[in-house]
Amino acid sequence: MLAPEAGRLPPTQFTPRIDLVVVADMVTPGARVLDVGCGDGELLRLLAETRGVDGRGIEISREGVNYCVAKGLAVIQGDADVDLADYPNDAFDYVILSQTLQATRRPRWVLEQMLRIGRYAIVSFPNFGHWRIRLQLLTRGRMPMTENLSESWYETPNIHFCTIRDFVELVRELNAKMERAAALNSRGRPVRFHAPWWFWNMFGEQAVFLLSRR
Amino acid sequence: MSVIRVEIEGAASRAEAIRREADEPHSELVRFGPDKPLRLDAGVDLSPFQIAYKTYGKLNTERSNAILVCHALTGDQYLIGEHPATGKPGWWETMVGPGKPIDTERFFIICPNVLGGCMGTTGPASKTASGEPYGLSLPVVTVGDMVRSQAMLLDHLGIDSVLCVTGGSMGGMQALQWAASYPERVFAALPLACAARHSAQNIAFHEVGRQAVMADPDWRNGRYLIEGTSPRRGLAVARMAAHITYLSDAALHRKFGRELQDRQAPTFGFDADFQVESYLRHQGSIFVERFDANSYLYITRAMDYFDLAADYQGVLANAFRGAKTRFCVVSFTSDWLFPTSDARQIVHALNAAGASVSFAEIVTDKGHDAFLLEEPELFEIVRGFLEAAARARGLKAKG
Repeated sequence: MLAPEAGRLPPTQFTPRIDLVVVADMVTPGARVLDVGCGDGELLRLLAETRGVDGRGIEISREGVNYCVAKGLAVIQGDADVDLADYPNDAFDYVILSQTLQATRRPRWVLEQMLRIGRYAIVSFPNFGHWRIRLQLLTRGRMPMTENLSESWYETPNIHFCTIRDFVELVRELNAKMERAAALNSRGRPVRFHAPWWFWNMFGEQAVFLLSRR
Repeated sequence: MSVIRVEIEGAASRAEAIRREADEPHSELVRFGPDKPLRLDAGVDLSPFQIAYKTYGKLNTERSNAILVCHALTGDQYLIGEHPATGKPGWWETMVGPGKPIDTERFFIICPNVLGGCMGTTGPASKTASGEPYGLSLPVVTVGDMVRSQAMLLDHLGIDSVLCVTGGSMGGMQALQWAASYPERVFAALPLACAARHSAQNIAFHEVGRQAVMADPDWRNGRYLIEGTSPRRGLAVARMAAHITYLSDAALHRKFGRELQDRQAPTFGFDADFQVESYLRHQGSIFVERFDANSYLYITRAMDYFDLAADYQGVLANAFRGAKTRFCVVSFTSDWLFPTSDARQIVHALNAAGASVSFAEIVTDKGHDAFLLEEPELFEIVRGFLEAAARARGLKAKG
């Protein structure tokens, strides 16, 4: 189930977000990578620095793009929901969607495109099935807000939340192969590896999946 | 009376000085003799011909730090410093110079006058062997021809490949053509405010300008240099119309609004009542001092003919297939001459070709001319892109 040559990262000059490290762990050195929704380019820089990848990015916000380009990253201003269609098949080794799935208008289409463009797709997302979120909805009866999901329902760009179970189901529907998966708890630590899905879905605050085409 | 006389004589001698530039420019010059003809897209050879160019900074020993800057429609080779013929500052003082984004202390910058121009590279104002200027006997040239001639200039300078080709507007078209025609000679390309093909609207604007020139009786079917006239009014009108397209509605309004020029009330006549009229008249009149009317016809035509995809089975991505060149495409929100949608078309093609591409759209109300003006975000992007390209090419860090 392990992707080839994946492993621990060498030390880096800045302290990256733990979920980005988990994502980067899944990427083989020197690979061609497209980061969809690359924000300020932190993951691309981490990948370039620790993995020597040939990285590209798409970002919807103009500020993010201009910041990235000024930092020397190859990033274009664009909308993942539309622009992924322009890329040819197998253009990249990895297409990464880091904390962006829930903000896309067409998550299923985006995933299909990622699996078409890249040999591997890496997706990380906040798990809406986490026990705190369930508890908030149960006890307060209002849309949950957490440290990571801190915007109220009418302001959030996140329009397509899902749980780990939902995502696993979608992967099955897409007939994609699940190469690796990791769930991170609220302290950013990996949840026990051999736990069943229901356990991950309950205690994983975020999830990271490495997928490939069958 | 005598003041006017001095002014007329001053203008006449300035015009004479500029006409001399067409054959004997102040800048560097390379002449290509009968052994090195330039094959034009029109299907004929141009020979002999010459290219006037300026260089800034020093070429390193590895010959890896050259940047080719391509100028726009009415630009020339004088990027920075006082223009020898007009006395005005260079056209890209904001971008080029010591410590500027295109850093003359780090890079070796080459800027040629384009084919068809009037500042020393062969164009309609250049003299033929007979001693008379070409006028309309010069074959129509294209952006492809311009780039092919520049490749001969690089050969002459002993530069195999450049770190970057850049330029705005028609300069950006040349940068794209360079990357398509000579991918192995272009490490990075930075086209600004341009398109991969000239739109119908842009061709239409150019046609208005050309018709204005040709309607001037002093144009004399293009023989004005021989007949001792000058289609000043026609060329000025062409420039006035074009100038509007370089600005945005917002920029014009911010600059002039409906303010009146040196008067308290409208005169109920056709004098330049409004400041914007006075401004355009001024732009027109200073332009005709420095630019050849036939050059204006030739170069606008070259832009009209530009359609990069057409040379590649109609598929723009094919122009960049397999290219290792790193691209950075920049557009400006208020540029309606080369809108962001044009830039996106280039970016889509580059993505489809699997090329390395950055694309930034800069928010500004300055219109198409923004690439020439004070735009700090543009400077950061150019600096970052060039720095990354220099690093990737193994240039030593500045220090």
